[in-house]
Amino acid sequence: MILFSFAVRNLQRHWIRSALSIIGVIIGVVAIASLGIMGNSINLLVANVITDVGDTVVITPHTAFVGTFAGDPRTAMDAAIPGHDVAEIRRAANPHRTIPVLQGADEVEFGRGRSGYARIIGLAPEDIPVLLNLAEGQYPRQNQPGALVGIHLAREYGIAPGTRLGIGNESIRVAGVLAERGLAFDINPDYAIVVPDAWYERHFGVSDVYPMVIVRVGDIDEIDTVKGAIESRINRRKEVVDVADSREMLGQYKEIYRQITTFLLGIGGISLIIAAVNILNVMYISVTERTREIGIMRSIGARKREILRMFLYEAMILGIIGAIIGGAVSAASGYLISVVTLDLVTTGTSFGEGVTAFDVSAVGYIIFGMAFGVATSIAAGFYPAWRASQMDPIDAIQKR
Amino acid sequence: MSDGPLLLFEEVSKIYPLPAGDVVALDRVSLTIEPGEFIAVMGPSGSGKSTLLNMMGCLDVPTAGKIYLSGREVSSMSDDDLTGIRRDRIGFVFQRFNLIPLLSAVENVEFPILLTTGRAESRRRAGEVLAAVGIGAPLFSHKPGELSGGEQQRVAIARALVNDPDLLLCDEPTGNLDSKTGTVIMELLAAENRRGKTVIVVTHDPDVAAYARRTIQLVDGRIV
Repeated sequence: MILFSFAVRNLQRHWIRSALSIIGVIIGVVAIASLGIMGNSINLLVANVITDVGDTVVITPHTAFVGTFAGDPRTAMDAAIPGHDVAEIRRAANPHRTIPVLQGADEVEFGRGRSGYARIIGLAPEDIPVLLNLAEGQYPRQNQPGALVGIHLAREYGIAPGTRLGIGNESIRVAGVLAERGLAFDINPDYAIVVPDAWYERHFGVSDVYPMVIVRVGDIDEIDTVKGAIESRINRRKEVVDVADSREMLGQYKEIYRQITTFLLGIGGISLIIAAVNILNVMYISVTERTREIGIMRSIGARKREILRMFLYEAMILGIIGAIIGGAVSAASGYLISVVTLDLVTTGTSFGEGVTAFDVSAVGYIIFGMAFGVATSIAAGFYPAWRASQMDPIDAIQKR
Repeated sequence: MSDGPLLLFEEVSKIYPLPAGDVVALDRVSLTIEPGEFIAVMGPSGSGKSTLLNMMGCLDVPTAGKIYLSGREVSSMSDDDLTGIRRDRIGFVFQRFNLIPLLSAVENVEFPILLTTGRAESRRRAGEVLAAVGIGAPLFSHKPGELSGGEQQRVAIARALVNDPDLLLCDEPTGNLDSKTGTVIMELLAAENRRGKTVIVVTHDPDVAAYARRTIQLVDGRIV
């Protein structure tokens, strides 16, 4: 149709102007799509990495940071739960298993002259098999102290069962290597060393205080009952401990990441609005410049709606070209961003292996970005186009 | 077309309301134009010539009175219907040529019929009328800016003729041309009139008016 080719030619006539408008749309589309993809891959990553132990209740001292995971070093350092409170918890949680956890850090000799600080977790030997699985070796025996090494630590330093580690100035034999556990809400032993509680207390010179207590509730339906029982027993007079279960923590994580995604999309949206204002401005200039031309066309028989359509085509063409280029660029950049994000977060681990940077919802974000780009362009072009169509041909033709 | 008058003005007035007081551009004008006439509309500036021409061309509607085009009342039509009449039945030739700078000569000519007709047929018809006004094929692809004033006005006449209009309305068609070129353009319009087109020319120039067989004199919005 002539109106369409007319629109194309108008855009070509002021090609720099058109190109700038298109760049605006490209940036907007790319921002929306790639930020969406980025938020999405963070979500995917988190969903994949978090070990959802739905049957775990975690009790931490009230002063501990709320909302961060229980293994946060601040949690361990700020406060501890005294042994008599642990006994209370045990009574409240009965018959479910209560597992007091000791956590600290010390300098570790890994052999071959390599050393560094590592997290040390102390657990009662009978509790260890309940919480942790082995990749190789054995659980430490009752009367023979042995350490279990987290899989990533073991991989990094080439530690196998049977080797000896120096913790502080003490030597301990490695009994086994733990299976990968992922980011959990109770303890994160993948990059830590697990030792029997007796050894821990002797080594660190602590007794009867615990930074964290885990209650394993066999039946998910009973979680709220157990939590209530602990709360009412310990927190009767004042808030001594925080009681949380993994479902609610998982919910918090999901909420945080949902907000991140929304925020990223919002940034993308703002850049597209800027692009829309630019298109509106360009179209407005174009309409003003072409007032006489519009008057001519109207007087030789172009209807109002044909003029309207002609200008809308222009906005649409800008939008579509911008959206196509923007879609291609964001497919590429979104992929890169995802790969980099995954890489950054999962370095040295195998968590990211199951996560594909590009899945259906990522394509969805690109299509959403493109559609949004075209729609905003047309919306931005509407007012100038409408103004053009409403011009009085007699007045318009006398312009300039 | 019926055998009645092509255009009939009945007591047509046009009043422009302005803050300083109403301006009466046309004051109860009645006139009849038969098919095949060649009419010159003369009068001093501000006498209402352009307003009259705009009404004849369905670009404007009267404040009072009625206008009939081939027996159909146009004075109360919607904007879309008026636009349709301009597109299908009226040809305009302007003083400043008013070609669309973006389009080549042939594209300018085919623009009005492309809105209703297929591309190939429009192009064929445009070539035909361009040849009729003396624009050769080598000039078809030229943009208006690459043509002389006389050539531009020929293209504009071709554009006015492409829809085979009942009425050819010309507003100072020679006003921007030298006298020699102006004569050529007037000869062209006279030839169209001899072929049966109704031609109405608004002009200051008595030499242009001399081509017409009837002259309408306007003074202060009235025919004298």
